[in-house]
Amino acid sequence: MTVHNALDVRNLSVDFHTDAGVVHAVKNANISVREGGILGLVGESGSGKSVTSLAVLRLLGTSRARITSGEILFRGENLLTKSDKEMRAIRGPHIGLVSQNALSALDPSFTVGAQLIEVIRVHQGVDKATARTKALEALELVALPDPKRRMKAYPHELSGGQRQRVVIAIALSCRPELLLADEPTTALDATVQKQILDLLITINSELGTSILLVTHDFGVVAHVCTDVTVMRRGDVLESGTVEQVLNRPQHPYTQGLMRAVPRLHLNDATRSVPRADRRLFEFRGDTTKENADVA
Amino acid sequence: MSVVTEAVDAGRSLLRANRSRADGPGAAEADAPKPQWRLAVRAFSRDKMAVVSLIILVLVALAAIFAPLLTPYSPVAGDPVERLAGVGTDGHFLGLDGQGRDIWTRLLYGGRNSLMVAVVPVLVVFPLALLIGLFAGFQRSRAGETLMRVLDVLFAFPLVLLAIALSAVLGAGLGNVMLAIGITLIPYMARVAYTATVQESSKDYLEAARAYGANPLLLMFRELMPNVVVQLLVYATTLCGLMIVVAAGLSFLGVGVIPPTPDWGIMTADGKNVLLEGIYHVATIPGLLILVVSLAFNLIGDGVRDALDPRKQTS
Amino acid sequence: MSHDNPLIAVSELKKVFAVRDENGKRGEFVAVDSISFTIERGETFGLIGESGSGKTTTGRMVLGLEKPTSGSVTFGGNELVGLSDLDMRRYRHHMQMVFQDSGSAFNPRRSVGAQIAYPLKHFQAASAADARKKTLDLLDRVGMLPSHYDRYIHEFSGGQRQRLGIARALVTDADFVVLDEPTAALDVSVQAQILNLLKDLQRERKLTMLLITHNLALVEHMCEHAGVLDDGRLVEVGPVDRLLSNPGTAITRKLVDAVLEPELAGAAR
Repeated sequence: MTVHNALDVRNLSVDFHTDAGVVHAVKNANISVREGGILGLVGESGSGKSVTSLAVLRLLGTSRARITSGEILFRGENLLTKSDKEMRAIRGPHIGLVSQNALSALDPSFTVGAQLIEVIRVHQGVDKATARTKALEALELVALPDPKRRMKAYPHELSGGQRQRVVIAIALSCRPELLLADEPTTALDATVQKQILDLLITINSELGTSILLVTHDFGVVAHVCTDVTVMRRGDVLESGTVEQVLNRPQHPYTQGLMRAVPRLHLNDATRSVPRADRRLFEFRGDTTKENADVA
Repeated sequence: MSVVTEAVDAGRSLLRANRSRADGPGAAEADAPKPQWRLAVRAFSRDKMAVVSLIILVLVALAAIFAPLLTPYSPVAGDPVERLAGVGTDGHFLGLDGQGRDIWTRLLYGGRNSLMVAVVPVLVVFPLALLIGLFAGFQRSRAGETLMRVLDVLFAFPLVLLAIALSAVLGAGLGNVMLAIGITLIPYMARVAYTATVQESSKDYLEAARAYGANPLLLMFRELMPNVVVQLLVYATTLCGLMIVVAAGLSFLGVGVIPPTPDWGIMTADGKNVLLEGIYHVATIPGLLILVVSLAFNLIGDGVRDALDPRKQTS
Repeated sequence: MSHDNPLIAVSELKKVFAVRDENGKRGEFVAVDSISFTIERGETFGLIGESGSGKTTTGRMVLGLEKPTSGSVTFGGNELVGLSDLDMRRYRHHMQMVFQDSGSAFNPRRSVGAQIAYPLKHFQAASAADARKKTLDLLDRVGMLPSHYDRYIHEFSGGQRQRLGIARALVTDADFVVLDEPTAALDVSVQAQILNLLKDLQRERKLTMLLITHNLALVEHMCEHAGVLDDGRLVEVGPVDRLLSNPGTAITRKLVDAVLEPELAGAAR
């Protein structure tokens, strides 16, 4: 069965050189985003998930980070062999990025409309009037209320959720095949988070955009993703569809994480335990240090 | 923090933790924490430019202090016969100035004055500015705000102009120059202390101390001051570099030390007169020294700032 | 469930800030609008709200770190609002706070051990040796090592910092602890450790806790009773078992619906 993948990361290794030694941030990772799918790349801090998504876009910078092995296959080509100029032509039109903090992703000195229009003009080479129309379309696509008025607003005048919509609009303005979203809702309130995630689902289903969603939250994964890859300290531990990994996790780490998260809806077994006695799953090992050995 | 920086930090602390895992009683000693000042010294020594600058500065200061041991000549009496002799003259390896005085000697003795005028006012104003900044910045009281506004008035005058005006009013002479510069510095240093205090005041550790019933004085002096002092110290070091130039400038303009007392500014002024005759060494040599020492202070200031940043200190 | 002797009773608590809008006009911002609730001894009360709801301001008013515009807060029946600093200090050792970011809640220029021991030495007149010993015992209880006493806060990871924050909150044997988003910045596995630790400590020391958070699953896990704050108003208060499974107001319902559970519809757990 040939499954066409929007993105294929093969044997990727990324090292960081720090004054305390070499950190293997990503070790021989294999990660695939199905065409038209939404992959959740899940892990705790230090797992290498964000580094992986930045590596795809070659945005790691060269001073301390080094990609030491692997291929990143996108549209049949290895992105790691591309020149800077070629990568610039890919970032935007073919791969979009939505980062965690929308406030820092937007330039505070320009209106959001101006920033959106600039991106459209740079990548699509159209005149100002056409760009403006496209910008309005993009804002409507992300369901930003009253887009005509909001275009003239500065980033700090918008709420967190509105800003994130603008960032998504910018990322989508050139209709990329792949969208990289790095913890796009972590800084948002729960109600807003749900709206933004539903927006991503809509984009995926209506535009067919494949999405690589980096997150630490299995709840987000359950709500949005079609596939999941679990990472820990640079290693890929488990991969599969969301049904497989969430319902029948194979790796003890994944199983442990699922039991470490507090739940809102409890089953009868848990509910029968008095609240004061309820405990969450803890990984074994030296609990005074963060590098607790995992079962 | 960028994702890369976060990842690097996470990795670094992981490496450190791995190396100092507490497997038994012995590991606790191996893992003993180092006092903060030693970490600061180590962080400072990693900045090569700062270390070189510190060495240069120390050498200059020592040379100035031990001037009589380093030269047989007098800095104020000269031999007019040999005036304006160039670099490499027999017995005067840096040459003579327009009045036949040995330049090397005047550099050494002048160094005493130039360094004093640059450093002493900063040192003296430091505690005053710290107190003003702490009191005005922490309580944000009416009195404090008024004081800062008064200082703002002084801010309106360009630093050098104000120093010149004060010098002119007070008269020339080493002591007056230091007084003039000191007064000029008060609003600058107080404002830095004020801003640092305001910034630190909103931090949670003050809330935590307040939660234990700490009164405002305790909060100010025990919790805030160490943090504010550090920021002011960094600024003060850089300020010394600037003051070398300002003090030299005042002397250059004739409102500094009284001739024939030597200092680098007056030496540059003396040399200015003969530049048009094609004689460069009299003005250039002290000028270069001003540049080097001022730069050294600045680089040391950078080193101090990095060394005292807790996040940069790794054991 | 007797409500006649709650440890904390908040009544008509109100906080109004004087603000200026962009045009410089003076106005008022009502951060907390006449809220009332009680917390029973030994239990955990959840104060639920999204950002800007006024929950942090409420927590600070309960601890006396912020002066209410009006209203009352009683501790064991004693009124706290309006007390002088000196009188308030008597109560302070019974009521403490664990901050969301313990990293900034410790002075970066003093060792963590000294900061934890300080209230004992300065306010409870303990000897230096006794204060140190008590601190070391507490460090051990929260899972830290004796060598950590002399370290500085920036040397610790997120989870360790929260442990230190908990140790500091408990060093004077407080009866009541306010926790403001204590695990929001932590990884899942670390959060589990901290929450378990809190429950153990609560049982051992018979702590009463006020948990301020926007995370409903956390409230379900930790709290017997909870209140929902929206725009400064307490829209609903009640037992968590009822509040979250059968919300009484639209706002609570909206918050409950926004929770994303890490399981798929129809999954067997």
